[in-house]
Amino acid sequence: MTQFVDIGALEDIPVQGARLVRTAQGCIAVFRTADDRVFALDDRCPHKGGPLSEGIVHGTSVTCPLHNWVFDMNTGAAQGADDGQVGTYPARVEGGRVLLDASALPRHSAA
Amino acid sequence: MKKKLVIIGAGMASGRMLEHLFDAAPDLYDVTLFNEEPRGNYNRLMLSPVLSGEKTYEEIVTHDAGWYETHGVTCRFGEPVVRIDREAKVVHTNYRSAEYDALVIATGSAPFIIPVVGKELPGVVTYRDLEDTHAMIDAGIAGKDAVVIGGGLLGLEAAAGMAARGASVTVIHLMDHLMERQLDPAAGYLLKKDLESRGIKVHCKGATKAILGHERAEAVLLEDGTVYPADLVCMAVGIRPETRIAVDAKLEVERGITVDDSMRTTDPSIFALGECVEHRQQLFGLVAPLYDQARVLAQTLQGEAAEFRPVQTATKLKVTGCDLFSAGDFADGEGREDIVFRDPGRGIYKRLVLKDNRIIGIVMYGDTADGNWFYGLLKDGTDVSEMRDTLIFGPAFQGGGAPDPMAAVAALPPEAEICGCNGICKGQIVEAVQGGATSLDAVRAQTKASGSCGTCTGLVEQVMQFTLGDDFTAAAPACMCGCTDHSHEDVRRLIKSMGLKSIPAVMQELGWKTPGGCHSCRPALNFYLLAEWPTEYRDDRQSRFVNERNHANIQKDGTYSVVPRMWGGVTTPAELRAIADAADKYDVPMVKVTGGQRIDLLGVSKEDLPHMWADLNEAGLVSGHAYSKGLRTVKTCVGKDFCRFGTQDSTGLGIRLEKLLWGSWTPHKVKLGVSGCPRNCAEATCKDVGVVCVDSGYNISVAGAAGMEVKETEHLASTPSEDEAVEIITAFIQLYRENAKYLDRPYKWVAKVGLDWVIERVVDDLAGRQALVERFELSQSVYRKDPWAAHSTDRERAKWAPMADFTLEAAE
Repeated sequence: MTQFVDIGALEDIPVQGARLVRTAQGCIAVFRTADDRVFALDDRCPHKGGPLSEGIVHGTSVTCPLHNWVFDMNTGAAQGADDGQVGTYPARVEGGRVLLDASALPRHSAA
Repeated sequence: MKKKLVIIGAGMASGRMLEHLFDAAPDLYDVTLFNEEPRGNYNRLMLSPVLSGEKTYEEIVTHDAGWYETHGVTCRFGEPVVRIDREAKVVHTNYRSAEYDALVIATGSAPFIIPVVGKELPGVVTYRDLEDTHAMIDAGIAGKDAVVIGGGLLGLEAAAGMAARGASVTVIHLMDHLMERQLDPAAGYLLKKDLESRGIKVHCKGATKAILGHERAEAVLLEDGTVYPADLVCMAVGIRPETRIAVDAKLEVERGITVDDSMRTTDPSIFALGECVEHRQQLFGLVAPLYDQARVLAQTLQGEAAEFRPVQTATKLKVTGCDLFSAGDFADGEGREDIVFRDPGRGIYKRLVLKDNRIIGIVMYGDTADGNWFYGLLKDGTDVSEMRDTLIFGPAFQGGGAPDPMAAVAALPPEAEICGCNGICKGQIVEAVQGGATSLDAVRAQTKASGSCGTCTGLVEQVMQFTLGDDFTAAAPACMCGCTDHSHEDVRRLIKSMGLKSIPAVMQELGWKTPGGCHSCRPALNFYLLAEWPTEYRDDRQSRFVNERNHANIQKDGTYSVVPRMWGGVTTPAELRAIADAADKYDVPMVKVTGGQRIDLLGVSKEDLPHMWADLNEAGLVSGHAYSKGLRTVKTCVGKDFCRFGTQDSTGLGIRLEKLLWGSWTPHKVKLGVSGCPRNCAEATCKDVGVVCVDSGYNISVAGAAGMEVKETEHLASTPSEDEAVEIITAFIQLYRENAKYLDRPYKWVAKVGLDWVIERVVDDLAGRQALVERFELSQSVYRKDPWAAHSTDRERAKWAPMADFTLEAAE
């Protein structure tokens, strides 16, 4: 069952940037695209653990700052020659607020 | 005994003719070359880039003094021939005479001046040679009004060039649409719109009545009563063959000097070449047929049989960012059919005129990539009935294969023309490559391909790649990244010439293929924009690599390292205490001295960064920019105050340089070293800029490296004065900022442009040097800021922490 919770204002996330949400199982990066859509992904690149939240956001992709792996934020899949996947979480914007599906967050697996 | 060859006119046609002649028969003639212009041969096609400031005269010279000397040519520059005595076979100038066995008249053409009132006023110029170009540049037209009369090729190039120099330009054109000889009305309309979007006014159907003004030109009056203010009026309504000398000599002259197929005039000892000739009732203005004539005449002069057969030529407009292609005949007529493609949203228009299933005319605007392919079909008279359905979409869509540029090049026949300016076909390039020319420069030197207007450079490279296979390494990657077909150099040039002032503007205007660029092009664009428009551009933080966005170096585990600036490597006990306190307070796992004489605090979490900066700021420390594509460190030795060998105050100079240059963004990191004597304890000779102080002053050297490559610096200048040393170094850094490709260290950039070019600008040219320094200071007035101070406020600090925390909830 989905259970969207308010994690903050869209304005708190820089355009083409990201902010973190801390969970018991690690951090989730919440990205904002140039056209104000949001995506939530695990903040760890499967390659060497780079913080995706610090990557450059382009279109609906993000490039890991450590070794330039590129991930499609829709699917969490690595693009191009690289092979890997990061977890994605349902997220949306409503009335300028960012909502994240709490039921999908890793804390439930810990509970 | 060598025969005597006299040539009147040192233009592109006669220059090319001499090349052919010396290649084939270097010892056949004693050559004397007269020229009215006080110089030898330069590439007239490139006057537009000189006018717009994209090139200098030196860059367009095709034959320098050394070339003439090597080939034993007697040069009489600035000395026009006034009379030909055909009886005695002698030409006369006002000073001397010269005998000839063979005479070549290559006097070119003169601009046509329309006979209106005011045409002699100062401020009215033509656009034909270097003097005209300089007259326009020297008029200091930035911010002033200019009117160009004539909307043909030359007029539009003059207009775009003056607009690029900041003039407010109006083009007056007599006909219904621009470039009516090359374009149909639809393409002419798009061109007009394109020019108007760059701020150039266009007035079609405008007949000039008079040029108004008393002391000098002030305005242009049209027949319909319109008046345009004009500080400068450029007449570019057309050219006529320069035939006066031939008329006086009683040679047969119609519109031009009449020649036969071997380029011989009605006097068997006299030949004519270039824009001054008329061949079978036809005149020639484009360069390709002139080069054909040059080849034919060179053979004729060797006593070989050769025939000039003019071929169809294609036209391109050399105005940056205007893509236009035209060839053949596109007028309406019996039995002609049109295939037209329009995409108004993108400003693209393509039209093919067909007759009997063969292309006879091509007009393209906005997207001319397939121009040469269509042109090949036109020239070969290929029957296109089979591919008619998809013809307009170009070669990629023929046969249903994926659009592979290499396949298209591979499919071209050997006689397909690659370089239109020089009439070089694929076979000649392949031959040159197989003969050992494996770099673009070598191919250019041997065949001239891509050596004139340069628009075919990509195609030439593709032919080379096709011939060499994996052995080919392009001189530079053709494009910036997968998001665009433009190279870094093109993008920089276009940002400037098109006045693009934001990343979205660049992406929109230059046709980016991705919606938001990528991690490779965005940081480069951000730098190019801030370097070009320091006072207008707003830095885009999200287009910066993580290190610059967070003002610290990211480490492999996602923590950061913090390096406070220590000017010239000098610190104080108080600063050291503050650093030690910060290391304690934020549990820094490692404190290390860097290679550049600074202290590195490793392993700091992102959230702690702004707090730590605030503490360090309080002790007077600012960011060391150890993370930046910008000035890093100035490494020093102890200098004369302490060292028994030290000369000059090298430590003081290092501090002075660091305080001047810090905070500046550059294409890549920049490191300096200042040593107090040739023992070079600061290792200045493997830095981007190194100074070695000696008794007589300061030896400045540049372009060293000690990273992926190890390279000693090269000597830039020596000066007794510390002030001058500082000025030269500042100018060097600014020249690097303005010209280098993003992520090229100075040593790579200097290797590309040549140290001599750099020396000319930052050492020899005093005014140029000072202008560079001024532009650097202007940029610094905006960008020299301590990022730590800006981010250590409470409000900013909050942004460095997570926006939500679910760990507490989970613990319940």
